[in-house]
Amino acid sequence: MDALYRDYILDHYKNPRNFGELNPHDLEALEHNPLCGDELGVHLIVDEGGTITDLRFHGQGCAISQASASIASEELIGMKADDVAALGADWIIDLLGIEISPTRRKCALLSLKAMRGAVTGDASWPE
Amino acid sequence: MEGATSTAAKPLAEVRADFPILRRERDGVPIAYLDSAATSQKPESVIAAIDSYYRHSNANVHRGVYGLAQEATDLFEGARERIAAFVGGETATTIFTRNATEAINLVAYAWGGANVGAGDEVVITHMEHHSNIVPWQLLCQRQGAKLRYLGVSDDGQLSLDQLDEVLGSGRVKIVSVAHVSNVLGTINPVGEIVARAKAAGAATLIDGSQAVPQMPVDVDRIGADFYAWTGHKALGPTGIGVLHGRRDTLEAMPPFIGGGDMIASVGFDSSTWNDLPWKFEAGTSPIAEGVGLGAAIDYLAAIGMDNVRAHERELTAYTLERLEEIEGVHAFGPVDPDARGGVVSLELKVIHPHDLAEICDREHVCIRAGHHCAQPLMREMGVPATARASFHVYNNHEDVDRLIAALQTAREVFAL
Repeated sequence: MDALYRDYILDHYKNPRNFGELNPHDLEALEHNPLCGDELGVHLIVDEGGTITDLRFHGQGCAISQASASIASEELIGMKADDVAALGADWIIDLLGIEISPTRRKCALLSLKAMRGAVTGDASWPE
Repeated sequence: MEGATSTAAKPLAEVRADFPILRRERDGVPIAYLDSAATSQKPESVIAAIDSYYRHSNANVHRGVYGLAQEATDLFEGARERIAAFVGGETATTIFTRNATEAINLVAYAWGGANVGAGDEVVITHMEHHSNIVPWQLLCQRQGAKLRYLGVSDDGQLSLDQLDEVLGSGRVKIVSVAHVSNVLGTINPVGEIVARAKAAGAATLIDGSQAVPQMPVDVDRIGADFYAWTGHKALGPTGIGVLHGRRDTLEAMPPFIGGGDMIASVGFDSSTWNDLPWKFEAGTSPIAEGVGLGAAIDYLAAIGMDNVRAHERELTAYTLERLEEIEGVHAFGPVDPDARGGVVSLELKVIHPHDLAEICDREHVCIRAGHHCAQPLMREMGVPATARASFHVYNNHEDVDRLIAALQTAREVFAL
């Protein structure tokens, strides 16, 4: 099996979970990877207790960025919105379970960047 | 040149040996460098010319009284003469800039500021590199002018009819077009574009960044007001670009960047300008870079640009043919290799170009993935990015074969 393009990575890439849009939604963000022109947007619904009850992502990207968004989306649904700000790069890279080279780091982090941005309103992470 | 894979002056194997970086290996696998549209590799003679300049001839140019300064000046200005002649230009109207981007900005600021006003129009195309888009956007914003685009057909061509239609407004001040597209490879009919623009009273700029490195170019025959290109794609060093202009146009223009070297005399409140080309070369010039670019065009001239073009054409044709073996591949741009330069942009089904480039890299095959600084074109093509292989004199069939094998591997990895 390929060390990077593992079966579950390709599965998330080809059959992304929670892909699409949510209208109406409570929170949103749109991020670009200027390296390749990839675009990733997220829509979130948060209930009165501050829990993320639904999330959809959309856009296009490489296998790493799309799998990362798909995997993260499954984790975020059910999470307290306030807890998203505490999630770091290691969290998503651990979830991906593959070695991420410096050239692919931006791909791996793009979805979390958008998801954090939607919740915190701060688009500067992870710089 | 049908079927030719080598240059007339030098067998291909010998050409490859001139490029030390191509001896690089990773885990015993030699490099297949297929990204010359981004930057070319440098032959030994260019590296040696720069090395020798710094070791033996370095001094600031133009005002030195001592022998060493004269030697540096002669090397630098001698390079300018040969570079001008290489593309059919005049020495005095051959201006050194930092790169093609700066050359285009020079025109957009100095010429554009004086000649483009509110309500005027600037015409570019959907296949331009960002360097031939953004300077014009900024100019139009400053002047209250309108930026208009010519479209690109499905097979990567501009329409001269659309050009005539746009020129019909009577408000077009300048038409700025790539000679060769860095994504599609399309060789545009720049002579015809210039003639039609001129007939409509519009000035012209041709971005020759992808043309000068790989085909014979005669700027005098093309007849544009401005012709810009960059050194590092033409086997030369980074940090040097070239702008050829028409003498009367350049003389009528205000300068771009102010400073030393570009003046005749400086008073307290105003200054007068140096002669061409130095009027547009403020500050200490990229001297070693000029010398290096001189060596690069000497190298290309020794091969012969007709031979370089034949080689690029043949490799492109071979690549397009071999790509047909791979199911799910789509190559962008003109189908006819006669209509395109040595660059092939492609997509392979659902595999993102980034992933294609990554899998190619594992085989030590260097291709580029992304928008290639041509986002408007990507939008027109309906893709976020493409994978791109591009060639120069040192590439051969084996490089292409390795690319094809890597693309087949990508299909297997993605279980297509």
